[in-house]
Amino acid sequence: MNTSILLATTARILNQFRHDRRTVALMILMPSLLLILLRFVFNSEQAFSRAAPALLAVFPFAIMFIVTSITTLRERTTATLERLMTMPIAKLDLLFGYALAFGLVAVVQVLVAVGISLTWLGLSIGGSVWLLVIIAGLDALLGTALGLFASAFARTEFQAVQFMPLFVMPQVLLCGLFSPRTQMTPVLEWLSNVMPLSYAVDALTAVTTSSDITGELVQDLAIVAACGLLALVLGAVTLRRRTP
Amino acid sequence: MTSSAAVEVTGLRVRRGKRLVLRDVSCTIPQGSVTGLLGPSGCGKTTLMRSIVGVQIVESGSVSVLGSPAGSAGLRRRIGYATQNPAVYADLTVEENLRYFCSVLRAPRSDVSRVIDEVGLGTNASQLVSSLSGGELSRTSLAVALLGTPELLVLDEPTVGLDPLLRDELWTLFRTLAARGVTLVVSSHVMDEAARCERLLLMRDGALLADDTPGSLLSETGTDDLEQAFLHLVRAKEAA
Repeated sequence: MNTSILLATTARILNQFRHDRRTVALMILMPSLLLILLRFVFNSEQAFSRAAPALLAVFPFAIMFIVTSITTLRERTTATLERLMTMPIAKLDLLFGYALAFGLVAVVQVLVAVGISLTWLGLSIGGSVWLLVIIAGLDALLGTALGLFASAFARTEFQAVQFMPLFVMPQVLLCGLFSPRTQMTPVLEWLSNVMPLSYAVDALTAVTTSSDITGELVQDLAIVAACGLLALVLGAVTLRRRTP
Repeated sequence: MTSSAAVEVTGLRVRRGKRLVLRDVSCTIPQGSVTGLLGPSGCGKTTLMRSIVGVQIVESGSVSVLGSPAGSAGLRRRIGYATQNPAVYADLTVEENLRYFCSVLRAPRSDVSRVIDEVGLGTNASQLVSSLSGGELSRTSLAVALLGTPELLVLDEPTVGLDPLLRDELWTLFRTLAARGVTLVVSSHVMDEAARCERLLLMRDGALLADDTPGSLLSETGTDDLEQAFLHLVRAKEAA
């Protein structure tokens, strides 16, 4: 690992975003727009406050997953990755460089979404706003890490887009948003227990209902962070210097 | 291996999918020379180049580059590689691309303007790569390969789509580099570029037809241009 190469990679990706303002606008505003839409669909602050915390985890997670998997796939299919693999860059420099760049965008995305939810949309939370931002940010990072990992299995952008329902939708269905996780049949509950998004939603729900930082909350956060890190390391393993 | 060989390929076999792309290729590329790798499209030129830079999974045989096995970590700062498809970021400017690869190679910042001059892209430096013409695009990709001080340059069809004047300038640059001791391997599918090389590797169907200087190729085949020499070798091999 070499920090200056890692940071150069992050700067390069942010520079690429700078030349593509439309993508940046979409990434930063999309979760907020969806939350605004949801607020008016529910037409009640109470109903919105119940669903919003989970969605603050789901929307950034899903969006960062798609954006990251497509961007990384583009690097894999154009010759730039092959060129980088002949250069003195460690695979983790590249992946952490990606994660850091997308992580920064994710933090801005989450700050805007949380800001709009708390001020305009009437979301009321019992715990710390900053903890809410940290959890949602960590969750967007998890989406980024999974997107980096998933892109290894896609040959084309068509396939990469199809991975969104494969990797993201089951997690959304089982994270407790539609039905409490404890009331699911044992098989579904077990599946829900092995999916990292469930822990992000649990943590967000805990923060919105109470100001206590419980052991369970810390554990949820640790699981989300560990899954993100694991996905990044697996992503590095699937990146090959030599290809057929 | 002798000290004057930059690359030594021995019995190299490469399979891509079900197809045997390289069948027992052996050759030696002398240091400080321009070696042309010529042959029709699909004959295995790119695969041989990928094997030399160490990104190709090989079935058997060995490739030794600058005294180490191809793909060794220590070689990564000593080799410049330009792929056939331009390996640059379309959504960055020429200069931003070069600055990034310059940081990855930990080469001095001044290299960016040096290589921009070398490939004649001075007026395009702040232009987005996606807005460049085909020739400018491949020169940008070539410029990346020139960053740092590579001892071996592996260039896959670097002069495709260039106007004759620019092509001539690039060949002058290649020879200047070779005179400084840099080893260049340049692939092409057009025979008129062959005459500009000091040594030629002629390939067809995954095998080497010849490994010689242009002059002795002509005298040995009794022909007066390299296109004819190539045909002569193909026919001689098929007759055998």
